Amino acid sequence: MKDSCARELKFRDPGRAAALAAKLQRTVSETGRSPVSVMHVCGSHEQAIARYGLRSAFPKDLHVIMGPGCPVCITDQPEVDEAIALARQGVRIATYGDMLRVPGTSASLADVQAEGARVDVVYSVTQALDLARASSEPVVFFATGFETTAVATAAAVLGDPPANFFVLSAHKYIPPVMEIVSEMPDSRVEGFLAAGHAATITGWGVFESFVARHDVPVVVAGFEPLDILAALVRLVELVRDGKRTVENLFPRCVTREGNVAAQQQLWKVFRPIGGRWRGIAHVPNGNLRLRDGWARVDARSNFTIDLAAVWDGAPSLLSQQCVCGDIMAGVKSPIDCRLFANECLPENPIGACMVSTEGTCRIWHEYNVSGQRAEIGARR
Amino acid sequence: MCLGVPGRVVEVHDNEAVVDFFGVSRRVRLELVDQPVQPGDYILNHVGYAIRRIPEDDIEGTLKMYEELLREAAEDDLMAGDVRGEVEATREG
Repeated sequence: MKDSCARELKFRDPGRAAALAAKLQRTVSETGRSPVSVMHVCGSHEQAIARYGLRSAFPKDLHVIMGPGCPVCITDQPEVDEAIALARQGVRIATYGDMLRVPGTSASLADVQAEGARVDVVYSVTQALDLARASSEPVVFFATGFETTAVATAAAVLGDPPANFFVLSAHKYIPPVMEIVSEMPDSRVEGFLAAGHAATITGWGVFESFVARHDVPVVVAGFEPLDILAALVRLVELVRDGKRTVENLFPRCVTREGNVAAQQQLWKVFRPIGGRWRGIAHVPNGNLRLRDGWARVDARSNFTIDLAAVWDGAPSLLSQQCVCGDIMAGVKSPIDCRLFANECLPENPIGACMVSTEGTCRIWHEYNVSGQRAEIGARR
Repeated sequence: MCLGVPGRVVEVHDNEAVVDFFGVSRRVRLELVDQPVQPGDYILNHVGYAIRRIPEDDIEGTLKMYEELLREAAEDDLMAGDVRGEVEATREG
């Protein structure tokens, strides 16, 4: 664990950080409620909060919860199983690195790779296209991630990919899951921080109907520690004043309309359908599948995927104790899990939240969040 | 996977740009960016695609966090690792 990391990086403006922390404390008190719970939905936000030790600067009665913001973690077991089944059938799979060790029902892609199946790690769909161009055998890109990543897959599909390139889409769309998490009976979430770079694509306008329907404010936030503190201050002010609006505190990157050209490509290639997010719930319109017109590149239309062979194995007993789903729904934190930092470690992850660099458990473990106690103003 | 990385455009060829990421030259796809891109512009790259041209006034503020992160972070730091992964997501220039 690297508890020195939080101290390693200086705030560019420590005075402003301390002032924002004090203002956050005041604003939380002014709500007259304890605790005030807000949620963010982005692994990079959690990395920044953990890395810079921000949580130790939050008022005790402000709960900043990481929701379902880790795209690797919410990829459901049956989706991983589809990639595993294809790999075992001898089909070459290309996917993002963190997907390798994410458990399916009874195995991971790393397990089948060790058995001899061909699984290539790529950083981008363009590298999967290069693999396909360099050979005549089929290459299936196991496509995971939120809208920020799905737009890249869409561009690849629209760019006349080679005939041996296929997409197995497990892409997910964030706005619908915010609705599901807000409606959960145990949810105490009074406001959301939206992720700046996802909103670069969707625009902040995408949250307006959500705010109208669910009566909670949304603030779009950047990734620097000061961006996050300032956005939290504004979010708690909106909670305090009962204002239900969307505010954009990351105008450097985010406009109301977003990147319209990217959105057009996204919806030309994908359609939203309902599906399960691992451990959380069935999310209506939360999954992105290729439209029927793209059946030529859809792995599900071109291969018989024999899931029964994958489901023969029994899930491990330990994995049944994993509370990753409750953590992503915001009702538990990693320290509520008896596996966390015991049996479940980055080198031997039991659940998906410990696998991904954007998973809550992995981030808390790497940055020793439960051990962070320093005062923000004192950090130089 | 949700933190993009900024870089300076050096050359533009049709739908691909040669981009300098903190001294590393790479190729980035331009299908998704919604504004014309020219040499000298800064773009935000995500998984090998430019998703935004960064307005001139915002370049300095955008670059600072990344410069600090890449300069000061430990080799195995998660956040810096994701930023390095974003550079790896582009093709070799």
